[in-house]
Parts: sequence; structure tokens; C-alpha cells
Amino acid sequence: MAAANTPETVELTERDRAMLEGDFGEAAAVAMRILVTMAGVYGAERLLDIEGAHIDGCLYHGDSGVDFAELLVAGGARVSVPTTLNVGGLDLLHPEEFAGTAERRAKALRLMECYEEMGCRTIWTCAPYQTTPRPAFGQQVAWAESNAIVFANSVLGARTHRYGDFIDICAAITGRAPAVGLHLEENRRAQVVFDLRSLPHALRSASWLLPAIGYLVGERCGNRIPVLLGLERVDEDGLKALGAAAASSGAVALFHAVGITPEAPTLEAALGRAEPEEWIEVGVSDLRDGLRSLSTAPGEAEAGAAGSVELAIDVVALGSPHFSPREFAELMPLVERHPPAGGVEFVVCTNRLSLGELERTGKLEQLRAHGVRVVVDTCVVVAPILRTPAGGVLMTNSGKFAHYAPGNVGFDVVFGSLAECVRSAHGGRLWRDPELWP
Amino acid sequence: MSAVELKAQALVAGAAVGKVLRLEEPLSFWGGVDPVSGTIIDRRHPRCGESVAGRVLVMPYGRGSSSSSSVLLEGVRLGTAPAAVVLRELDGILALGAAVARELYEQSPPVLLLAPADWEVLPEGAEAAVEVSGRLRIAG
Repeated sequence: MAAANTPETVELTERDRAMLEGDFGEAAAVAMRILVTMAGVYGAERLLDIEGAHIDGCLYHGDSGVDFAELLVAGGARVSVPTTLNVGGLDLLHPEEFAGTAERRAKALRLMECYEEMGCRTIWTCAPYQTTPRPAFGQQVAWAESNAIVFANSVLGARTHRYGDFIDICAAITGRAPAVGLHLEENRRAQVVFDLRSLPHALRSASWLLPAIGYLVGERCGNRIPVLLGLERVDEDGLKALGAAAASSGAVALFHAVGITPEAPTLEAALGRAEPEEWIEVGVSDLRDGLRSLSTAPGEAEAGAAGSVELAIDVVALGSPHFSPREFAELMPLVERHPPAGGVEFVVCTNRLSLGELERTGKLEQLRAHGVRVVVDTCVVVAPILRTPAGGVLMTNSGKFAHYAPGNVGFDVVFGSLAECVRSAHGGRLWRDPELWP
Repeated sequence: MSAVELKAQALVAGAAVGKVLRLEEPLSFWGGVDPVSGTIIDRRHPRCGESVAGRVLVMPYGRGSSSSSSVLLEGVRLGTAPAAVVLRELDGILALGAAVARELYEQSPPVLLLAPADWEVLPEGAEAAVEVSGRLRIAG
């Protein structure tokens, strides 16, 4: 457990030292100081070059984040590698969507501007991997935002450690990161096997269940690296949902899925030809446990149960991580058949790229005509977007929303499939799809 | 139990005193702690409703959001942060929040890493003192 190195023993290049001493400006010195401290914390022997960064620090959590960004801006900070921005605290294209105070709005906006001034690309999305360019296999990057980290590592095979707010921008300014953890090949092998092979095929390929699978993987493996065995027919949206859920319930920054993710052509390869620390057989009852822990609404009937349940649904929130064009294509016909009832707030969070496509194809207008709000640049659990007063019930198909909505916005949550969310919004009360369980 | 002295590794060094709040389950500060009050707000967490402010927070490791560093930093600004954090496993995200607090506000809770066997014996509610060296004294 002991990290062997301290800031004093981290091996620095001449350029690193010059930065520390202020030769690259005051902001670069602050950034390098924090990086060296963190290199010591992680026990890194040295720093390594990175080729890109994704910044989570642009989201307003309080004035301290603004204080830090202003310190960097005042010190002349500029990013030295291609750097993208995560969601901010408001929808810049639809400022009327913001339901918070004018003061909070001004501060959230200032924080976003600071990061723009440092030269970051203003894509404002928690799913930067849905835009281009994406990091290549094996490329060293410094990404923050738990779902983005897990996607970059697992699905793209890029290499980032599990970074948090602030070190992300320090890495972007200096172009350096501690040579530690998931940056290094030897730390990327799976330790825990989740064996799904005894599940019925219909469940193994059910995309709506992937957040529940991710959630139970995160709960059971904590901060170790899992490998899933027996997952079938899963696309990038499915992997995104699985990873986001696992990174919410656990500290998962990388998962492997045999035959699906790039570092797991076989189980042996994913395990680095070593023995796993633990082998977990996942059965139908485990999936039901995963589903149960995703819902908090009192008296919530078991997910996957048949028929209608007497539970009023106040809000349906989709798009954590941000909705992709393919997910909108799936949503569209469902909403046309069963538009949300007048009293139910229906919000989808996405990025500007998807929004642009919706606009071009006329789908945005159709969604709006059905009472669906499309929010960009931010999301409903990080910013005051919802108009419904807290205390009601929010339904979602996102494991990440299900995890964070109770604490962050004060709603009880019900997790369900996309179709269940739409039908529930249509009827104003929870609707369960009897077809979901084989 | 009699007084105990443990040697931890100071990830972010500092001195602090406080009562131990011992979490068996990991906690994400973002979405899990309200920085305005210091209260645990993660409804799925067994210690939801308790306050981390001024406590020597003993937990295995952080989980979830990479914004937990922001929430810890905001807690330092508002005076609701734990007095110290004692981890069983290395967690860079909380140490990062503390390191930035030191840079920005010239104060931060020390973050310590303790060997698992020592971590297990820290009793809930005990008075604990953290020294700059990483030494941890638990009153008997």
C-alpha cells in the first residue's frame, strides 16, 4: 500500500523543473506544483507526456472552483495539448432553462468562460467520446469525469488514470501527468471476473439492463478492475451506460468485456495471464438486486414486474451520459406513440452535436411539440434545470441519474427501460413492461 | 481501550484533531456530501444524515464522481470539511482536493493512508490527533 515516492523524489525533466520555477509563467508553476504533489501521492517515479485532456473542473460546485480557475487565468494559463470541456453549470444555448439564482448563474458562466480563456474546446459534454477526434488506442491522456474516464480506458483503449477536478487542467497546461496507475500497461489487467454466462441469452443482450449490470459490478468490485464474461451484442451506447453505472456505484475506471473491449480479446488476455482475485457468478437474482438498488422510490415494484403500478411519476430524465443520435432515433418513435402527459416533466440531456442533427432533421421540433425538453451543455443532476419541485419521483433509464438524483436534486428515483420511461410519462404513473423478462 | 499510536503515510500532510467518523462503505463526496452543511446526503449510504464537518473521517476509499475533489475544496472554503481524512486505500481524488486547498487557501485537512490492519482498529467516536509526520494518536 505504501507509495514509495514523495514530491522530493519524483524524477523531473529539465522542462518540468523550469515550469516549477516559473519559467513558463505563474499558472504553469501552480499546475506543475500540484502535479508533483499528486505524483508523490500516487507514488509515481516520474511524469509522462500526455496528448490530450478532458476537463471536469468547468462545472460549478461553489466559489472555490471559480477561485482556482481565476488563479490560473490570472497566471496566464494556456493548455498545451488538445483539451475538451465537460458539462458546465448551464445551457449556454438555452439560458432560459436555468432555474437557479442570478448569482449562481453568473458564477457558473464565469467558470465556463475561464476554461474557454485557457484555450479549451467548448464541447460542454460528459460524453466527449461521442465527438471527434477521439483518443486512439494506447494514447496517453488525462481525462476527468468518471464516465468519460471509464469509456476512454475501457472502450477506446486510451490510457488515463482516474483523475478529478483540478489535476485535469494542471495536466492540460503542462502536457504532463504522473506516470502511474492506468497509464501503465502492468496496472491494466483485470482482477475480478464477473461471469454472466449462466444468464439467459435474452438478458445478456438486453441493453436496458446494462446499467444494472454496471451498478452491481461497481458495488462488488469497488476500486479493482473487473472483466465481464458472457456479455452479448452490446454497442457503444450500451458500454457507455454500463461504465457510467459502474463508475457511480464503485471507483471503476476501467473494465474489460471479453470479445468486446479492445484489451480483452480473450479472458486470459484481460487477466494478463494471471489468476483472478475473485470469480463472481452473476445470476438472475443478482440482476434483480442490481435493479433494486437503482430505485429508491418507496414501495417501488420490482423492476421487470408486469403491468402498471400505483406510483405517480413526476419527471422523466434521460441522457446521463449525454444522449447520442442513435438513442434519439430510438426515443423518437416511442414518444410519437406515447407522448408525455401534460403534468410530467420530460427532459433529455445531450451535446450540441446531437442537437444540431436533431435540428437539421426536424426532429427537435417534433420532440418539443410533444413536450420533450432537450437540454445541452449541462444536465439535470448538476444544475438547477428541473422545474418540478424536489420531493417527487424521477424516472430514468440511466444508472448514473438513478444514483445521483436522490442526493443532488432531492427526487426519489425509479429505474426502467427507455420504453418504460416513455410509457410511464405518458400515463403519469409507473408502467412496467411485461416483456422485459424472459 | 488504551491510547493507541499509529504511523500513517501523509498523502497531504497537516495537523488536526477531531472525533472519528468511521465509514465502512466508501463515499463519493460529489453527490454524497453537501458542502454547505457538511452533511452526508447520499441516501444509499448507511451514514446518510450525519456530518463530516470537523471529524476525522475514516473511510476505505472514495468512489464515484471525479468532482469529489471540488466538493472537498468547497468544504474547506466554507469550513465544513472533515478535520482529516484517513484512508485504507490510496485515493487520489480526495488528496487532490486537499492539495489544491493548500495551494489556494493555504489550509487543508491532512489526508492519510493507513495500513489496512491499523485502519481496522480505529474506533468510531474516538478522539484522534493527526501530526504533520503522519502519526495518528487515538485517545483511550
